[in-house]
Amino acid sequence: MLFVLGAQIVVPACTEVPWNNPYPATDAEQNILYDSFSERPNHLDPVRAYSANEYVFIAQIYEPPLQYHFLKRPYQLVPLTATTMPRPVYLDGAGRQWPDSALPEDIAYTVYRITLQPGIEYQPHPAFAKSGDGKFVYHDLTESDLRGVHTLADFKHTGTRELVAEDYVYQIKRLAHPELHSPIAGLMGKYIEGLTQLSETLREAYNKLTNGADRDVYLDLSEYSLEGAQAIDRYTYEVTIKGKYPQFMYWLAMPFFAPMPWEADKFYTQPGMVERNITLDWYPVGTGPYMLEENNPNRRMVLARNPNFRGEPYPTEGEAGDESQGLLADAGKPMPFIDRAVYSLEKETIPYWNKFLQGYYDASGISSDNFDQAIQFSTQGEAQLTDAMKEKGIQLQTAVTTSSFYMGFNMGDDVVGGRSERARKLRQAISMVVDYEEFISIFRNGRGIAAQGPIPPGIFGYRQNEAGINPYVYDWVDGKPRRKPIEAARKLLAEAGYPGGRDEKTGKSLILYFDTLDRGPDTKAQINWLRKQFSKLSIQLVIRATDYNRFQQKMRDGTEQIFQWGWNADYPDPENFLFLLYGPNAKVGKGGENAANYENSEFDRLFVQVKDMDSGPERQAVIDEMVEIVRRDAPWLWGFHPVGFSLYQSWYSNAKPNLMANNLLKYKRVDPTLRAKLREAWNTPVIWPPVLLIIVLVVSVIPAIITFRRREKAAAL
Amino acid sequence: MIAYIVRRAAYAIPILIGINILTFVLFFVVNSPDDMARMHLGVKRVTPEAIEKWKHERGYDRPLLWNLEASGVERLTDTMFFRKSVRLFVFDFGRSDSGRDIGYDISQRMWPSLAIAIPSLLIGLLVNITFALLIAFFRGTYIDVGGVVLAVILMSISGLFYIIGGQFLVGKFLHLVPISGYDTGLNAAKFIVLPVIIGVIGGIGAGTRWYRTVFLEEIGKDYIRTARAKGLSERSILYKHVLRNGLIPILTGVVAILPLLFMGSLIVESFFAVPGLGSYTIDAINSQDFAIVRAMVFLGSVLYIIGLLLTDISYTVVDPRVRLG
Repeated sequence: MLFVLGAQIVVPACTEVPWNNPYPATDAEQNILYDSFSERPNHLDPVRAYSANEYVFIAQIYEPPLQYHFLKRPYQLVPLTATTMPRPVYLDGAGRQWPDSALPEDIAYTVYRITLQPGIEYQPHPAFAKSGDGKFVYHDLTESDLRGVHTLADFKHTGTRELVAEDYVYQIKRLAHPELHSPIAGLMGKYIEGLTQLSETLREAYNKLTNGADRDVYLDLSEYSLEGAQAIDRYTYEVTIKGKYPQFMYWLAMPFFAPMPWEADKFYTQPGMVERNITLDWYPVGTGPYMLEENNPNRRMVLARNPNFRGEPYPTEGEAGDESQGLLADAGKPMPFIDRAVYSLEKETIPYWNKFLQGYYDASGISSDNFDQAIQFSTQGEAQLTDAMKEKGIQLQTAVTTSSFYMGFNMGDDVVGGRSERARKLRQAISMVVDYEEFISIFRNGRGIAAQGPIPPGIFGYRQNEAGINPYVYDWVDGKPRRKPIEAARKLLAEAGYPGGRDEKTGKSLILYFDTLDRGPDTKAQINWLRKQFSKLSIQLVIRATDYNRFQQKMRDGTEQIFQWGWNADYPDPENFLFLLYGPNAKVGKGGENAANYENSEFDRLFVQVKDMDSGPERQAVIDEMVEIVRRDAPWLWGFHPVGFSLYQSWYSNAKPNLMANNLLKYKRVDPTLRAKLREAWNTPVIWPPVLLIIVLVVSVIPAIITFRRREKAAAL
Repeated sequence: MIAYIVRRAAYAIPILIGINILTFVLFFVVNSPDDMARMHLGVKRVTPEAIEKWKHERGYDRPLLWNLEASGVERLTDTMFFRKSVRLFVFDFGRSDSGRDIGYDISQRMWPSLAIAIPSLLIGLLVNITFALLIAFFRGTYIDVGGVVLAVILMSISGLFYIIGGQFLVGKFLHLVPISGYDTGLNAAKFIVLPVIIGVIGGIGAGTRWYRTVFLEEIGKDYIRTARAKGLSERSILYKHVLRNGLIPILTGVVAILPLLFMGSLIVESFFAVPGLGSYTIDAINSQDFAIVRAMVFLGSVLYIIGLLLTDISYTVVDPRVRLG
């Protein structure tokens, strides 16, 4: 241990690298981005991955045909590997083309024809490696070939090939693969022509291949045709969906629709590969700017520049203000700018935050524990960095997220549910008194805005200012929304049959039940706050806290009464929020995402209409009508939309929050020289305290030694 | 001796079966196979069909302990318990619910756990024995009282405080070592310094008090009085007699925990982002990965039984009067 401590002191001293640098000294001035992750990704296969902690990696590797523009707002889709944006072609049942203005009910099919840029190549990968005679080196491996192979890096040879349309078709077929369990297989089965049938065909074929045994086999998907996904030529493919589904374009920007080369599928499904943890779910293969160099989710994940990447240019246009903020300084330059990105596992916020302050992470979020250290509010209520952060040159970016955190009423409940006037007034009264502005101020350090309806800012259909307020809860006073007075809520409660919080028939106090996850003492303050809100109307709120599984079960069974829930947008379209209140999507009995089990035939009718409409004044009018219905019915307390606060070091540039895009790494830039200089300045070792401690220990031992020696020399009596 | 070891190994089998049953029952009281499927498949857009498929592929659609629909011996064998337990007894841990080879993961993750546990144990032993000997030597003086009070104070402080305080002081203010993280090979050295220091300091209180008691007991024995009467120096008495005889209970206690060093520390590994077996277990519990949980519980039980067996054997080594019958 002394050797280790000594080495710890001597080695860094020679290399002028801070002693507490968690990275190798040789990387000090390398063009590397340092970030962290707290939860290991479960899946890296684009057909299975569906969470943010997975997309942070695979979105840099896999390239769907479309992507979101990095700078423009509102969010706009642009081509990624496609040459142009696909234009939907509407057909009737006989295959005749309709004009763009055709009514959704007349449209039998929509065809998206996508043409790819030629010359795009895959990352170097053993699946493509060929011998001199043109045969694949690693497509017919035996157990003896695999001896000594533990990771993908153990395969010496790699190769590449050009991206072709067939790869996209192959991936769409993989959505139906019986062993892959794609989370969107069910949804896409409703839209992509023939996908459900293909799923059944593949199941039979797979069972025949495996003969019921528990083993992985290669199912050559190119042998099975899918009516809804066809390659037209080397660079063009078509996707045919049933009816009209404008949101499908957004799905084309998600990794589910990224290309998959058949060679990779064949390579990974060979006998012995799964046993070695060498799978497509662990080692992705893509055409993107980065490839996964190291996959060790227990310690770190490393993305390295894909040497075969074509060099996509940085956007040349943005929104107003982007240029002045330096966000167009790299306009037209080939991306990516960073050579490697190292993501270290950090499960605890304290070490993570301290390492950010020491300069070992280039960007950070802000947890509640560190909020006061990082942020202060000006007299105008504007969030700004504290002096300590400013001194370090740290930059702050804020953005309202496209998420909603709401409190729902179970509409199947006898007391708070249903569409009776009594229940509606009860829900409206509660909506008035649960003060989300106060909640945001106390529990989220002001990081959020109170929601006025189901649609968050930044999504088409959201209305600002007076036109956007919920008139059942707010009044527009002095240019801003003001929560209605408590008397109005009490009046509504009395009209609902609970004057003074008592049932007028029985005289008993109104008791409501809040079902929640038991997260221990951390949520006690929030629970107490919530009780206080309900007590404004003399309603007793009983908390029924359970573990995650029981809570989920209650939600599925519909035995909860009031609950909290949230939703994060998949894509920037109001349909992705309004569907949370669509009757056929009810959680109870249908397993949908309508957690409140809300059902209103008029709302459902309008939803069917609005989901197929193109965004414009007509669609806005229908959305306004739908929002008015749900505001009046109040199945949710609309809760709040969180505001994300991000901190970036001074050496970090091209930082602009983009809540829809996941492939953001290629735009980022760091200045490693400045970083190395500042790290050194911020992390000068302080040696005197341990030295002093050693001296104190030595000095304090001296009297003991003297006493010991004196005793040794003393006579027995 | 061999007959004794064989007999103990035979006793271990029903114990391990019992532990396995307990693990099964406890795990499935808290988590249903549906919950596990949802956890692995994600929370968005999961269809009931996907859940059924997930359960079927992993054998979670079978009865837990007894299959009423089967006949004959299959009532026992066609159950989740039997199918998932039998292979454990030949140390075939199978695949995790997310598809990873558990045996390979354990073989990879035991090294970071050992890298922290072994130096913590050895340095901790050295420091604790030194302090305990010092206090025992000065028994009845202000050093003894002060030492015991200090040990009690150190024992009373939460382990979490040592971790956060250590990271704050050594990593953040003094900038001497990285606050958290891990690396392979020799590069791991700078990452294990702080967890080891914290592990040693955190253990001083309890260790010193225990060893002090052991040494004081030895010092009060007749043979020490005899040695002193013979005119042996205090140094000889301490090192040749008190320490040597006092080490018997200490060593046997240490031998018992040796196998468990593999299992790692849950909290330390989590706070220091060390990819050891402790964090492996915690991650598995959080993600409801039953395959890993049962493998780790089984491994922990086996190691514990081995530890107890080694303790018995070590008694015969350090104390010739002990015979294993």
